[in-house]
Amino acid sequence: MTDVRGDMYLVLEDGSVYPGKRLGAEGETTGEVVFNTSMTGYQEMLTDPSYGGQILVPTYPMIGNYGTSEADVESTRIQVNGFVVRDDCEEPSHPLSEGTVHDYLLENGIPGISGVDTRAITRKLRSAGVMMGIITPNADVDIALATLAKAPRYGEFDVVGDVSTDDIYAWNGDAGEESRAFFDLRGRARQGGMGVNVERGIGMRDLGDNYMKVVVNDYGVKLNILRSLRARGCEVIVVPDDASAEDILSHNPDGVMLSPGPGDPELLDRSVATAKGLSGKVPMMGICLGHQVIARAFGASTFKLHFGHRGGNQPVKDLESGRVYVTAQNHGYAVDPAGLPDGLEVSHINLNDQTVEGLRHRDMPIMTIQYHSEASPGPHDSEYLFDRFVGLIQAGQAEKTDATV
Amino acid sequence: MTNGVSQETSTSEDIKKVLVIGSGPIIIGQAAEFDYAGTQACRSLREEGVEVVLVNSNPATIMTDEDMADRIYIEPLTVSVLERILDRERPDGVIGTMGGQTGLNLVVDLEKAGILEKYNVKALGTSVASVEMAEDREQFRDLLSRIGEPVLPSYAVETVEDAVEAGRKIGYPAVVRPAYTLGGTGGGIAQNEDELRKIATGGIAASKVGQVLVEQSLLGWKEVEYEVMRDGDGNVITICNMENLDPMGVHTGDSIVVAPSQTLNDKDYQRLRTASLNIISGLNIKGGCNVQLAYRPSTMVAETVGEGAEYDAEGSMYYVIEVNPRVSRSSALASKATGYPIARVAAKIALGKTLDQISNAVTQKTTAAFEPALDYCVVKIPRWPFDKFPMGDRSLGTQMKATGEVMAIDRTFEAALQKAVRSLENGRGTLLWEDPEWGNDGPPDLLADDDRIWKLTAAIRGGRTAESVTLETGVDPWFTRALQRIVNMERTLLAEELTPDLMWRAKRLGFSDAQIGTLADYLPEQVRTMRKDWGLKPVYKMVDTCAGEFEAVTPYFYSSYEQENEAVATEKETAIVLGSGPIRIGQGIEFDYCSVHAAWALQKSGVESVMINSNPETVSTDFDTSDRLYFEPLDEESVRDIIENEGAGKASGNPSSMVQFGGQTAINLSQALGVADLPVLGSTPDVIDLASDRGRFEEVTSRHGLPQPPGGMASDVESALQVAGNVGYPVLVRPSYVLGGRAMEIVQTPAELLRYFEQAMKDFPGQTILIDHYLTGLEVEVDAVCDGEDVLIPGIMQHIERAGVHSGDSMAVYPAQSLTEAEVETIVDYTRRIGLALGVVGLMNIQFVVAGGGTYRGFNASGAGSKSGEPEIYIIEVNPRSSRTIPFISKVTRIPMVRIATDVMRGKTIAEQGYEGGLAKKQDLIAVKAPVFSMSKLDGVDTFLGPEMKSTGEVMGIDTTFEGAVTKALLGSGLNVPEGEAVLLSIADPDKADALGLVRTLDAAGHRIYATGGTAEMIRAMGVDVVEVEKRLQGGSGRTVVDIIEDGTVSAVVNTVTGDRSTMQDGFHIRRSAVMQRIPCFTSIDTARCAVESEGTIAEAAGGQSYNIKTLAEYLDGE
Repeated sequence: MTDVRGDMYLVLEDGSVYPGKRLGAEGETTGEVVFNTSMTGYQEMLTDPSYGGQILVPTYPMIGNYGTSEADVESTRIQVNGFVVRDDCEEPSHPLSEGTVHDYLLENGIPGISGVDTRAITRKLRSAGVMMGIITPNADVDIALATLAKAPRYGEFDVVGDVSTDDIYAWNGDAGEESRAFFDLRGRARQGGMGVNVERGIGMRDLGDNYMKVVVNDYGVKLNILRSLRARGCEVIVVPDDASAEDILSHNPDGVMLSPGPGDPELLDRSVATAKGLSGKVPMMGICLGHQVIARAFGASTFKLHFGHRGGNQPVKDLESGRVYVTAQNHGYAVDPAGLPDGLEVSHINLNDQTVEGLRHRDMPIMTIQYHSEASPGPHDSEYLFDRFVGLIQAGQAEKTDATV
Repeated sequence: MTNGVSQETSTSEDIKKVLVIGSGPIIIGQAAEFDYAGTQACRSLREEGVEVVLVNSNPATIMTDEDMADRIYIEPLTVSVLERILDRERPDGVIGTMGGQTGLNLVVDLEKAGILEKYNVKALGTSVASVEMAEDREQFRDLLSRIGEPVLPSYAVETVEDAVEAGRKIGYPAVVRPAYTLGGTGGGIAQNEDELRKIATGGIAASKVGQVLVEQSLLGWKEVEYEVMRDGDGNVITICNMENLDPMGVHTGDSIVVAPSQTLNDKDYQRLRTASLNIISGLNIKGGCNVQLAYRPSTMVAETVGEGAEYDAEGSMYYVIEVNPRVSRSSALASKATGYPIARVAAKIALGKTLDQISNAVTQKTTAAFEPALDYCVVKIPRWPFDKFPMGDRSLGTQMKATGEVMAIDRTFEAALQKAVRSLENGRGTLLWEDPEWGNDGPPDLLADDDRIWKLTAAIRGGRTAESVTLETGVDPWFTRALQRIVNMERTLLAEELTPDLMWRAKRLGFSDAQIGTLADYLPEQVRTMRKDWGLKPVYKMVDTCAGEFEAVTPYFYSSYEQENEAVATEKETAIVLGSGPIRIGQGIEFDYCSVHAAWALQKSGVESVMINSNPETVSTDFDTSDRLYFEPLDEESVRDIIENEGAGKASGNPSSMVQFGGQTAINLSQALGVADLPVLGSTPDVIDLASDRGRFEEVTSRHGLPQPPGGMASDVESALQVAGNVGYPVLVRPSYVLGGRAMEIVQTPAELLRYFEQAMKDFPGQTILIDHYLTGLEVEVDAVCDGEDVLIPGIMQHIERAGVHSGDSMAVYPAQSLTEAEVETIVDYTRRIGLALGVVGLMNIQFVVAGGGTYRGFNASGAGSKSGEPEIYIIEVNPRSSRTIPFISKVTRIPMVRIATDVMRGKTIAEQGYEGGLAKKQDLIAVKAPVFSMSKLDGVDTFLGPEMKSTGEVMGIDTTFEGAVTKALLGSGLNVPEGEAVLLSIADPDKADALGLVRTLDAAGHRIYATGGTAEMIRAMGVDVVEVEKRLQGGSGRTVVDIIEDGTVSAVVNTVTGDRSTMQDGFHIRRSAVMQRIPCFTSIDTARCAVESEGTIAEAAGGQSYNIKTLAEYLDGE
């Protein structure tokens, strides 16, 4: 508690400076500066791998009110490069709270800044577009800008490799590493057997006899995607981002999930090839980056949004039902509907800017969404899409059975 | 998540004409928020090309303005009146969900009576079946079970015995909630069986359907609300969630509320959000809805309230407490807190539009189908009437007691809270306030009452830890620790030298200049100067529904100490309208009406209007009422900061302020603006002071030969007795600077004067006391606009009660009925001379006493006949500002007083505006304004009418005849005496002579008369039959007055209190019992006579046509 928090500055690449006090670790950090308008869920955001390479600015001014907790993580560590808040709470209150945001960032070695006019930053980014920024204790703007100029630019390097798993594992619940069963790249179990015999994680339901096997291609997956699949009776096997279609099919999956992740989908030719290899062979769902990868696999292109969609209040219309859902979003790129090939059609659109929010293949069992049906943080309205995916899988299973008969 | 929703197709193309039902008079639990909602709904419907018919009995509203709807009825809100309107208008649909519980209940009643079907009218929006499912406890519980939402163990009962049985099963404490009531009327928390019996008895009586719910106590749980919206296609969104600082146990209308929730993590937040959406989908709501939930409290609170509340205990994490299937007080708050126009969108949904078909009026780019994101913290604090009712029971529970509320916005909770405190105008000023009676040990308890936030802060200031305060009160530690941080800053300011950095930190926590000055030992003005020297001034941020994600077009601002200012002044001519702050007794919705019209008048003349107000319930704080809205405290610091921000860089310098429209709040700021050299439009601060300062005013009146009742001033008891002796008893006494007749009394004897003085010196230390001879006579009231050369008087209003009853509590009649021509001329002459002598530019309100011709003269036209000779007219009071009667008189004379005054203040004379000076031609109609009280909600408050104002709202009856107008005013205010029913009389000795006529009228009309001792004796002496009953304090064996009221033997009470305090105490039980039984209780013979004499008309009315039902325009046009 005697940690004295010195002056810090957020400097954007256009030269604007936002002074504040240090939050979290000492030192300097750079990244693409993005804002998120969700009012809750800061820890889920901090641990969301899709924020890899970015400096996150929550627009909600009071951050840390309910502390941090093991229960609120979406991956094994903080994923953002830096964190910028108007005010951080030093005395959180929640039955599950284990500590403050400041300590949490400190433990994870992530620098941040507190006390800044986050609304001013938001207004800047919404008009000028997202840009690179640096959080630094150095008051000299010129030095900060020079450092920033030398830093790797977001969108020019592949962040997915940094946040994806190195190992193949079966995910059995929320008890951490010990609940994973690891596999080698050929899909043979190194420990336990196919994830069925290993110790189960907390609160996991028994898969029963007729379980489905879903392979998740991890571009930066959030735990709640794994939870959502498992809760619907799927055995979940997670494979690294660079797994090939053959690697994935070697697990003999009933369905494949291409996960969300950070960065520009234009950089992911290998994943695009994987998606191509899987198309039509197995029911497939893509979320966020996974959605963009699938779109590219069918020849569509993607483009960078002015300042992205990040928040828990984005209205999406399901074109099939006409219903509007409030969704959680976190993406800086979108699929260009102009280049969509025959067969792939837009299933969901964003009501704010009419951008593509979901795709569906007319003939193949493929569905994609640009937003986050797993929520966490955000509204739970879109969980029905996991059911829809399970429906695709079951239809596929029924077909297989029919074929065998 | 929305299983089981029955889909219905849109029918918007069939709906061409809609009846919108307003909420009637302002009462506790149903205030200005419904004027805001109704006004927005009417506009929204008209945008869609729908013809709007509006009915509301409340003349003080914007919604009843002639251009708000196509056809406007200011008529009583009863089923029979509505049926006549439906018959005349034949609308396609009716919307009741904008008119609070009143509107909702009326639609249910119309449907049940088969009237909607008879006239082929659809209940638009949420269906009657859905309303009933939401409001009927059993049906609602069934729904919850059906959709898999947790159901709180509870029992709906209709008898006290069943309630006791339920209590046995549930255990104590048990909560009692009556079905179908406003603001929790008649509910309570029972600690044992005796209490349960008592509360259940009242609750069953209060419930419209005689049903109460007895349920498990969730005391100490967090109380969280979600404002949700659903369209006919089943799309559902949350507008806002809110967390109560006061945990479960205090009515949400009486809680300090924070938006968004602060102590819920995302999983908590989404769990409650999903539950709320499931519920409105299950109910098939079409429009806005409010869901109140209880959530498991923090670990620390659970330690206090028991294991059942622990986070990981068995049972549900949450329970649904209540659903309001309509727009509500909370939805008004949510609208202002987010910028999302709930009523506007709900009205369009009622027509069949879906959320994605409705545009977002704030961004004008996106649609209504999204959830607002806040990037600030909102704090609401209720405004309670206990400054007016010091004897009332101030404890807070399930019965709402607040009359209004304030809201403040900032980037942190601490700053928003402190700004809200500053907005309250309750004499506390800042959180530094401590009750002198607490002494050195701090507050004696931390129980919930109107001072709780000061008690919590004082306890921490006194050295208690935030945690111990939490353990005692159940207030989440997040909030008590925030108070701790405020107290820590107080200590720093006390101990350390003020530096720019310290000042910056204090400002960021919401400390005012005055507060910093008190702590750091400077005058507020010195702090301001220092602050400006250091370059520290607030910036203004926008409320835009989207946390800055999109550019917004609605200039709705709040201040904060931050880096970037978004409210950049324009080069256009600008004027500031100072609003009236929270609704309180004495300063109600009328002043919001005036503020709104001032803003509109400015816009009409091409001037940018800038509104400053702190009240979330009002039309004035709607984002499109003014050109720019600053949601800020109406105190000197924030008003000056805003003016300077608006003037920054403007070639014309600081914009001028209009101080005449926002009641006493705004007028009180005029002196500070004057001292600060900031321009004021219209009457100068000196003119305002001239009219308000007793000494200066008397000097003017005597110089101009304008008569005032003999009087004087005293600041010690000796001189008070001397003055009273000179002017003669009875005397009217009051402190020199008060609002709404606060602490004003009629004193009959020197002994009473002594008692009054002692109390007044304690309550108002240092104030001079004004002592006037009390003149019995007719009270007459005039509003006028003066341009410095000419004075325009739209009409003269005569009070039905004689002088001595506060004008706000009097029934007023336009045009005056019993004045002689000479008296009218004198009143017009005096008004003109006062206006010119004072130098008023703009509005003024004057009250006169017309004496002579005996003590009392009839209130109807025949009264004038009994009077001859010279007029004897005295000036009682002059207010150099808009008054409570401005909306009333503007509506019934069609003279737009606020607009004329606004233009006059900007230099356009009355003549240039096409009006003539003097008294305007009488309209060929009669309008009666009647007060409405909220006494049943305020335990321990005496209801007698006197010089101190007690009413919370008003209704209007308008017709072509006096009887018709009075009848409708009485119907609207619930003061009609039921035909042929028994009446209890208990008349004080000085009033007995005046009561003779009343007794004869009652007898002739066939009422059985019950009376207390002396009154019964008098009645017997008149040869009229009477049943004598004992007073409660007599302690005899027979039935007492209270018994015959409570058992329904009598249906109206006349109980006058003229005289000393002991007769008042005798009558107290009578009056309270009548209030709790909801029967008329007259404490003025004049009102009672008026009511009884109009009774015949009401009886005829049952047959149908003794009074007219017409639109306001029809009355005015003589159609």
